[in-house]
Amino acid sequence: MSTASTEATHGHDAHGGHDPFLAHHFDTPAQQFDSAKFGMWVFICTEILMFGGLFVAYGIFRNQEVEIFHLAHERLDKVMGAINTIVLLFSSLTAAMAVRQAQVGDRKGTDRALIITLLCACVFLVIKFFEYKHKFHDGLLPGHFFTAHLPEHAHNGHVLPYRASMFFALYFMMTGLHGVHVLIGMGVLTYALVRNRRGGINKEYFTPVEIGALYWHLVDLVWIYLFPLLYLVG
Amino acid sequence: MATEAAHGTEHDAHGGLDPNENYLKAGKGVMSWLVTLDHKRIGVMYLISIILAFFLGGVMALLVRLELLSPGRTIMDAATYNRVFTLHGAIMVFLFIIPSVPGALGNFILPVMLGAKDVAFPRLNLLSFYIYVIGAIFCLFSIISGAVDTGWTFYTPYSTSTASSVVSMTLGVFILGFSSILTGLNFIVTVHKLRAPGMHWRRLPLFIWGIYATSIIQVLATPVLAITLLLLAMERVLGLGIFNPALGGDPVLFQHFFWFYSHPAVYIMIVPGMAIVSELIATFSRRAVFGYFAIAMSSLGLALLGFLVWGHHMFTSGQSEFATMVFSALTMLVAIPSGVKVFNWTATLYKGSIWLTTPMLYALSFLVLFTIGGLTGVFLGILSIDIHLHDTYFVVAHFHYVMMGGTVMAFLGGLLYWWPKITGKLYNETLAKISWGFIFVGFNAVFLIQWVLGSRGRPRRYYDYLPEFRPYHAFSTVGSWILFVGFIIYAYVLVKSLTSGEKSPRNPWGSAGFEWQSDSPPVLQNFAEVPTITRGPYDYHLATEEELYDGFPEDRKAS
Amino acid sequence: MNPQSSVQLPGQWSTFAGQVDWVYYFIYWVSVVLFVGIIGTALYFVWKYRRQPGVKAEPTGHNLVMEIAWTVSPLILLAFLFHWGFQGYVRMTVPPADALDIRVRARKWAWDFEYPNGGHTADRLVVPVNRPVRLVMSSEDVLHAMFIPAFRVKRDAVPGMYSTLWFQAVAPGTVHYYCAEYCGAADTASTDAQGHQTFTGHFSMNGPVEIVDNARWSAFLDEILRPPTVDGHEATAEQWGQILYTSNQCNTCHSVNGSAMTGPTWQHLFGSQVPLQDGTSVEADENYIRRSILQPAVQVHRGFNPVMPSFQGTLNDRQVDALIAYIRSLR
Ligand code: HEA
Ligand code: HEA
Ligand code: HEC
Ligand code: CUA
Ligand SMILES: [Cu+2]
Repeated sequence: MSTASTEATHGHDAHGGHDPFLAHHFDTPAQQFDSAKFGMWVFICTEILMFGGLFVAYGIFRNQEVEIFHLAHERLDKVMGAINTIVLLFSSLTAAMAVRQAQVGDRKGTDRALIITLLCACVFLVIKFFEYKHKFHDGLLPGHFFTAHLPEHAHNGHVLPYRASMFFALYFMMTGLHGVHVLIGMGVLTYALVRNRRGGINKEYFTPVEIGALYWHLVDLVWIYLFPLLYLVG
Repeated sequence: MATEAAHGTEHDAHGGLDPNENYLKAGKGVMSWLVTLDHKRIGVMYLISIILAFFLGGVMALLVRLELLSPGRTIMDAATYNRVFTLHGAIMVFLFIIPSVPGALGNFILPVMLGAKDVAFPRLNLLSFYIYVIGAIFCLFSIISGAVDTGWTFYTPYSTSTASSVVSMTLGVFILGFSSILTGLNFIVTVHKLRAPGMHWRRLPLFIWGIYATSIIQVLATPVLAITLLLLAMERVLGLGIFNPALGGDPVLFQHFFWFYSHPAVYIMIVPGMAIVSELIATFSRRAVFGYFAIAMSSLGLALLGFLVWGHHMFTSGQSEFATMVFSALTMLVAIPSGVKVFNWTATLYKGSIWLTTPMLYALSFLVLFTIGGLTGVFLGILSIDIHLHDTYFVVAHFHYVMMGGTVMAFLGGLLYWWPKITGKLYNETLAKISWGFIFVGFNAVFLIQWVLGSRGRPRRYYDYLPEFRPYHAFSTVGSWILFVGFIIYAYVLVKSLTSGEKSPRNPWGSAGFEWQSDSPPVLQNFAEVPTITRGPYDYHLATEEELYDGFPEDRKAS
Repeated sequence: MNPQSSVQLPGQWSTFAGQVDWVYYFIYWVSVVLFVGIIGTALYFVWKYRRQPGVKAEPTGHNLVMEIAWTVSPLILLAFLFHWGFQGYVRMTVPPADALDIRVRARKWAWDFEYPNGGHTADRLVVPVNRPVRLVMSSEDVLHAMFIPAFRVKRDAVPGMYSTLWFQAVAPGTVHYYCAEYCGAADTASTDAQGHQTFTGHFSMNGPVEIVDNARWSAFLDEILRPPTVDGHEATAEQWGQILYTSNQCNTCHSVNGSAMTGPTWQHLFGSQVPLQDGTSVEADENYIRRSILQPAVQVHRGFNPVMPSFQGTLNDRQVDALIAYIRSLR
């Protein structure tokens, strides 16, 4: 979003601000920066309500079938989940560092921080990939494809009841949607990275980094709720 | 966001055009429109799209009425009828009325009113237009791929079991949702950050207050619809089971999710309409709106209360008695802010100097029809009565009175009011008045009779009906033809004005509104130099009738 | 003595009706007054203050008192409206303990009513007068809703849960029930002998509610277990089967004139070789017909979807026999 307002570089000006990053329809860089940041905050509200719907659904069905949800959640890999949580938390830290570096105009530092953040994101996705792969193999899938109630998928002796498919329906919807957000976040951060390499980021103008980081914190935040809910409480 | 970013930093928002050139002339050819970042041109593109949608939805409506002309088969079979009224509802709501005022008029007028050069995020603005187009394509695709027969409410488990192409429609609406969200986001930021110097909150025109309140609903409610429709689509594709009792799911949960969005959505539809009416009434009574602050706050009030009453659509659905009670009580409350508006508008007319132009006629029609529609909303909010009226034609009449009689009337009025601003052309008042006559009479002919139909127990979404209801239905159908004639004339008025309308002066209505202080049509950057606001938007007492037309003394002092 | 319907509302056939209606008329008249008051004033202003040369609009003042007045005063009115509505609603939701239970099963696109003695009707609902009746409803497929305008009652039938609705009719006579929750329609129409089409769907899930006095009620109860009487004497098995054919809605899917509908036609069915989905075929004898009625999905006629509901528990043995006899007669 930041970019929407900031790309108009050599914009015409009715009133002599010569900042190359100032879009034609803003008066001051400060105004432009605030707009971008405010816009991202509003968008974050949207995102939160979007996930909110899923959390509500989870809450309702968990209350209805506590035992089954408990049985089902034991099939999730707590260790992998925990690792992913740490990875994301760390990436949030590096994202924050990227902003800090950008503010003080340390291009190298910004670059480094952003790359680490992106690497963490990749690690997260790789781990998630293996988790999913394992679930697929065990027939722990939503709806039609759920087969974990069949004997051949018996897990040390006993199988899951068919209704457990509800848990995995929610599991895949929630982690899936979160996964998509990780990808989007990576997109924004990559854009910030490119801008930074092209020398488009400096003390005066670091909106893309700021915005990217802000969005990344959201992605992290959502996971902070997903992990205990799905992996620990069940 | 990512797509946004992908554009890279190639060209300037004005593409190196002269910012003081008339926005219609600045840039030639189709491409200059398709890739424009100018909020005015984007607004015009929205305008064209939604009029097309309205036409399509209208034709569906005419088919519905035609089929109901007589019991049994009139022109189509039952399965087709179900598809036609579903498409009518879905197109009218998702493709027409929700984007109508914010997308078309809001985009064009809002920044000009604020004295801004554009919305905060021009690229995002263009993006949300194209998202709208893509969503629309999905919806229209569902028509050719067997259409949808679920009703616009997509209730489960019918929507998860029917053979018709629900997925493409729900995905279409899902996508449209994001267009709506991004537009809202853009407006919120614009209103917060891009107000011209001197334009503090208490000087904000009521149109902007309305759009602002609407944007808040769009940003907070639409994501819930998005996730709901996503779940519905997944339910069909993967058989999630969340709405399927056989798998421990709950069909009623869908209704909660759906209405959590769709009740606030009715305020996404009406609040912009109210916003237009406030402008029209002020301009054509030459008088500041009575209770400016009350009206502004009542818009926010509606936005807030709108989130707390969704359950009133589910009184017979099997939600808990307690929930039912609470929702009914809260529903009563939403009458208050709407009432405040109605009363204040009436008070504004008092001791005004009222000029009955066509836009004013539409504003008054809104007052009349919305009050009827709203009051019957209160009928439906009353528990024991709703049990009887739920899912009857009484409800159909109710929501047409508020949506068609409210929002659409306001939209038609606003379109004529700002037409000279948008096109720089005048239109033919007399013809316009005639078309208003047809539309007003026709509308009431269609729907007035439906109250009786409903309260007598005629259920909605019925292809066939008992012979006793025939006269009512026939009457209603004839009304729809009158209505159609009205719209044809209306469309003719606009086309005529485009082809051979005489050039409009800067401020044909002598309005004190800020948007009229710029040229008509405005230059690319809206104002030659940034205006400084030194007065309220309705300070008619500060100028003589003549001064209203050729520039406010206040404003001249300022610049 | 039948309750007469007014312009706006159907006759008051239930004990609720009166209470619902007066609230309705109260809010109705309140609305009329408000509407005439507000719009009347507005239009009067429009005329009185129409623009005249040289006359300028007066500057707008403030009037806090008025603002507060029209914000608060509606509240009081609304509080009462809510209260009365809620009272009425509570009465509708708590049935008296001695209510007579009728089990209602909804499916696309027919209702099945099961009476305390196990008898069924599908084409009409019969209830005793002056006696609280409770409908215990469920749905086999999608949402439906039982709506009886004359009683002012409505309730959704939701798959996976029971919902109840009760009423007490105040006079013998016939009123109408509808399905009020949208539930789709069949793609194909059925064409009857005279060749005009009839469609089934949401709109066709309606029929008469017969309110009968106690004598007729008890008579009705054992009628539904015994063969009906056709002009004077008890119907033959064939005649009874023919009646069941329509009364149990078989006719919505089966023709007797050879035309295929949702289900195969019954003409020349009996004794024929029925091709089955699994490629084999079977002779349509008594056993096959019986199985097809009670467990339709077991042997499915090739080229048809197994959408036929099972009539196990809905039709008793004698009724199945009667149907078989009727189908045989179509040989
Ligand atoms: C523009 C859209 C719009 C608007 C503005 C409204 C406004 C209102 N609606 Fe409406 N409604 C719909 C669109 C809208 N509705 C649609 C589309 C449906 C059907 C959906 C479907 O099932 O397909 C529906 C259905 C619907 C129902 C469910 C009916 C049913 O299915 O059983 C209910 C029930 O409470 C309801 C209530 C209200 C109320 C109380 C208001 C209030 O906001 C009205 C407030 C206004 C006034 C009250 C008039 C002015 C006020 C005064 C003059 C002050 C004095 C008044 C009093 C003291 C009473 N509406
Ligand atoms: C914005 C919302 C909107 C609007 C404007 C309308 C407009 C109309 N509706 Fe609408 N209707 C709905 C929303 C709307 N409807 C919804 C949500 C439902 C519920 C669906 C469901 O149950 O799922 C519904 C259902 C519905 C039914 C009930 C169907 C049933 O339950 O069986 C009926 C029946 O009479 C009906 C009729 C009409 C008619 C005659 C119009 C007329 O007013 C239409 C008039 C318009 C035209 C004739 C088009 C002319 C246009 C031009 C010529 C182009 C030029 C225009 C410009 C330049 C501006 N509608
Ligand atoms: C919802 C539609 C529907 C209704 C209602 C219905 N049937 Fe059927 N019936 C079918 C279909 C489809 C088939 C063919 C598939 C199958 O054999 O299950 C069928 C098959 C049959 C057959 C076997 C005939 C053959 O050629 O295989 C008999 C006998 C039968 N139905 C009797 C009845 C009776 C008796 C009733 C009413 C009491 C009834 N049906 C109601 C849809 C219906
Ligand atoms: Cu059954 Cu509608
Ligand atoms: Cu509502």
